[in-house]
Amino acid sequence: MQRIMNNPDVIVDEMLKGFLKAHSDIVEATENPRVIKAKDIPEGKVGVITGGGSGHKPAFVGYCGKNLCDAVAVGEICSSPTAAAFLDAAKAADQGKGVACLYGNYSGDNMNVKMAVKMAKKAGITVKTVVANDDVASAPKDQREKRRGVAGEVLMWKVGGAKAAQGGDLDEVIAAAQKAIDHTRSVGIGLTPCTLPAVGHPNFEIKDGTMEVGIGHHGEPGIEVCELETADQMAKRMVDVVVPDYPFAEGDEVVVLVSGLGATPVMELYVLYDEIDRLLAEKGIKTHKAYVGNYFTSMEMMGATLTIMKLDDELKELIDMPANSMGLKQF
Amino acid sequence: MSIFKNADGKSVLLKMVKGIQENKAYLGEVDGLIGDGDHGMNMNKGFSLFEERFKDKEFSFSEGLDDLGTILFNEIGGSMGPIYGNILMGMAEAGEDLEEIGVADLAAMLENGLKELQDIVEAQVGDKTLVDTLSPAVDVLKAAGGSGKDYKEALEEMKAAAEKGRDSTKDMVAKFGRSSRLGERSRGVLDAGATSCCIILTAMADGIIELL
Repeated sequence: MQRIMNNPDVIVDEMLKGFLKAHSDIVEATENPRVIKAKDIPEGKVGVITGGGSGHKPAFVGYCGKNLCDAVAVGEICSSPTAAAFLDAAKAADQGKGVACLYGNYSGDNMNVKMAVKMAKKAGITVKTVVANDDVASAPKDQREKRRGVAGEVLMWKVGGAKAAQGGDLDEVIAAAQKAIDHTRSVGIGLTPCTLPAVGHPNFEIKDGTMEVGIGHHGEPGIEVCELETADQMAKRMVDVVVPDYPFAEGDEVVVLVSGLGATPVMELYVLYDEIDRLLAEKGIKTHKAYVGNYFTSMEMMGATLTIMKLDDELKELIDMPANSMGLKQF
Repeated sequence: MSIFKNADGKSVLLKMVKGIQENKAYLGEVDGLIGDGDHGMNMNKGFSLFEERFKDKEFSFSEGLDDLGTILFNEIGGSMGPIYGNILMGMAEAGEDLEEIGVADLAAMLENGLKELQDIVEAQVGDKTLVDTLSPAVDVLKAAGGSGKDYKEALEEMKAAAEKGRDSTKDMVAKFGRSSRLGERSRGVLDAGATSCCIILTAMADGIIELL
């Protein structure tokens, strides 16, 4: 294992220290060492929070900032933050207007958020939630509630954060974030596995010369293992999974987000994006905005995810609003 | 004896800690097969934190369960923090007013732990989770409490029921947690939570037997 680290048991704490120093213009520490908050949060707005396991940079802390999340709870690597951390994030973000907790569909996060919501209620804070479930490969369409949240969460935070910044009330923020994720579909292709630093070896395998279509952000098995293909063939596979599921159709205006899984060179993401854009154009689907880069990763996994969100007037306005965080800067 | 003193319960808690510490690597291996391999590490971290903070202090069985549960809940996170946190704090809640703990009392404590757990997860017997270990253990102990069975015998039966429950997860398809995404591919492997739950219940039973 070739990693830059001191002690794997405290790697998350050490990462956070560095993160807070490097981005001190955008974020700051809170009393809970596993909660960070945005600097200079505008007064009187609905709070927006998220949280999740570490190892997915820029997610989740990288989306704490202006017109995005106000506070973020940080868990161990690939492990949900505690209920206490979600609660403290809600407290850090609450201005008496309620808090929208926008997070991904994983059993640990579900339990901890559920308990945090209860505890917040006792503390007089209303927390409402939206659970992202954009990963098409993780369950059939008729069981959408079982699907995982992946890179589509970035668009959910963008939309929810923007709605709150516009002055939307809690129900409006929740409705906008829910609409964002309902209109979003994702799929991933993994080329190599990832390793928890404290475990020291990958806990799943992707053989050289093969790839796994539909892989999850923690190596959850996908829908098919096949021979490694060209970028164009991968693009077609991804489009063929994502487009029919929603389904995106001729005349739709969409946001396209292509994220690396951590170790894939960003250069290759553009090779992939070129063909994705061509395939979508061929179908008459118009790309209003594209994001290409490492937006939601899985440590040192190689591979990429494709996320597509269908826009309406409201989503378009919210997506186009400026934002400033480590992971997303838009002016 | 047909009871043990709640106040004497520190050794039981320390035995549970030891059970987890000794099985850290094994739990990691079990979890690595269909999970992400960090179960042994996370459990060991939480239980060892408890040991570090409380080994030089005096505490009763129910107080120890509450402190251990609180640490798991507040400091471990993941899935296992709230799961074991709720179970242990639920047990503590049902036992906090007891001076002496008999078979029926212990059964009621475990049952309340299971109830608190099922407040946050919908898992039932057969879903390949730790409920498959815990639920039959509760049933056996409740029956033993009702029939006035000898304490040691009741605890041995509970251990056997927990083991049988743990082993039953091998042939199941996971319905909850990360491994549920694997569907059929989760069959043939023990559930990591069911395995750690069996270790904890076994250590608890052995610890209580030493006090009888």
